[in-house]
Amino acid sequence: MPEAALLPEAGAEAAGALLAVEALHGWYGESHVLHGIALDVRQGEVATLIGRNGAGKTTTLKAIIGILEKRSGSIRYGGRETIGLPSRTIARMGIGYCPEERGIFSSLDVEENLLLPPVVKPGGLTVAEVLELFPNLAERLRSQGTKLSGGEQQMLAIGRILRTGARLLLLDEPTEGLAPVIVQQIGRTVRRLKALGFTVVLVEQNLHFAAEVADRHWVVEQGRVVDMVPNEDLERNRDKLHAYLGV
Amino acid sequence: MTEIFGIPTAALFGQLLLGLINGAFYATLSLGLAVIFGLLNIINFTHGAQYMMGAFFAWMLLNYLGLGYWWALVLAPVAVGLLGIVIERLLIARLYKLDHIYGLLLTFGLALVIEGAFRNGYGVSGLPYTIPAQLAGGTNLGFMFLPIYRGWVVVASLVVCLATWFVIERTRLGAYLRAATENTTLVEAFGVNVPRLVTLTYGFGVALAGFAGVLAAPIYSVNPTMGANLIITVFAVVVVGGMGSILGSIVTGFLLGLVEGLTKVFYPEAAATVIFVIMALVLLVKPAGLFGRAA
Repeated sequence: MPEAALLPEAGAEAAGALLAVEALHGWYGESHVLHGIALDVRQGEVATLIGRNGAGKTTTLKAIIGILEKRSGSIRYGGRETIGLPSRTIARMGIGYCPEERGIFSSLDVEENLLLPPVVKPGGLTVAEVLELFPNLAERLRSQGTKLSGGEQQMLAIGRILRTGARLLLLDEPTEGLAPVIVQQIGRTVRRLKALGFTVVLVEQNLHFAAEVADRHWVVEQGRVVDMVPNEDLERNRDKLHAYLGV
Repeated sequence: MTEIFGIPTAALFGQLLLGLINGAFYATLSLGLAVIFGLLNIINFTHGAQYMMGAFFAWMLLNYLGLGYWWALVLAPVAVGLLGIVIERLLIARLYKLDHIYGLLLTFGLALVIEGAFRNGYGVSGLPYTIPAQLAGGTNLGFMFLPIYRGWVVVASLVVCLATWFVIERTRLGAYLRAATENTTLVEAFGVNVPRLVTLTYGFGVALAGFAGVLAAPIYSVNPTMGANLIITVFAVVVVGGMGSILGSIVTGFLLGLVEGLTKVFYPEAAATVIFVIMALVLLVKPAGLFGRAA
């Protein structure tokens, strides 16, 4: 059977590629920070962007969701070019974004934060299902969003984009600054999301965490993708990856 | 005659009522400014002119179309709001990425143009607008005489202010507004059409000014300069309450109106300046304003 019949929306992309980034350049003002990023993410997989601070991982996520204003090249989601679209249109195609700083709103309580992102597609989790994934939040619905602990804020930031029907989740360093027990909980959550059929792109500096949840690792260095390591080859490449990460 | 601190009670309560009415206008106007400033980061210097337009539209509706006060109370704010939407889309929207000073210059210039146009068309002597029959007359409360229309102004402003507060603080639309005020980029990245939200917010904020203008039409004469005179005080109220604070502008508006009224009773010479003295004191002690969050 021809591939096109299986994946009508995937167009010319590699089989199963939900997201395909090619020759992506990006700028902050005059400063050129992405120099031709190329990567692809398959339907249903968990992919990480790993690399040192300042390599361009976060900027790549910002370009994908469309909040990096100056960008060029090609980003195709489900076969559709998004490079020139405003972020609200990209989000409405079914992409959920969880920023590095978490972006919890202090003038909204936890429930309002949870309900804020509009539903963009059918098939998202219900609020009850989100609260089942993150039981801590259920007890704090009336609290001011920013009064939560760092871990709870991270759960809220992830939880609120699960309701929207987005099928591709962009998570920017969800484990940063969190206690090991919380990191484990986030790890279980990411695996559970994969089991539920979500596709996840994860920016990560914690190789140990990345190895536990991801299928493939894209190594970003100085605004370029310099390597891709499937998770099953991770052990063999551990020294190389440590060199990339500078640890 | 009964007296308090040597002041006849009727005079005292009379001034307090006047203060409360001024406070009602301060509250409604500064609320609109606060909503606009919160989301757009624009200090809307056109606000006074938009308040004046509300009063003029009421007068026009009556004299050109024969539509009375109750129609004006709905139609004039809508007209001011729609004009505001046009202004936002055509002009203000081009300034969001520039320095604040551009928004200030644009809205100040617009105020001058609008006021000049009305002065040219209608002169400066003021046009009369009579109190609607249902709200004419007054009632003796025992301790003072209450003109019904003045009571209505206070109640109507309070209801509109509280309804606005409710929508912003307790509804989903208000949650979008509060969130976008904090972090426009992220709200947009969730798929919300923030530019449309901004346009509607500006339209609503200036519609509040138009509403205040209609309320004012029967009390003050309908005059091209009525907004320019009032808006300076309203800016002081906004500063005291805290830039962008919703509840702050409502409470501060009514409170400063009362303080001004009381000053008229006890030390009339200071009545015109007391709000600015309070502003200076608040800025010294709490630069973000009474209800403002420190940046």
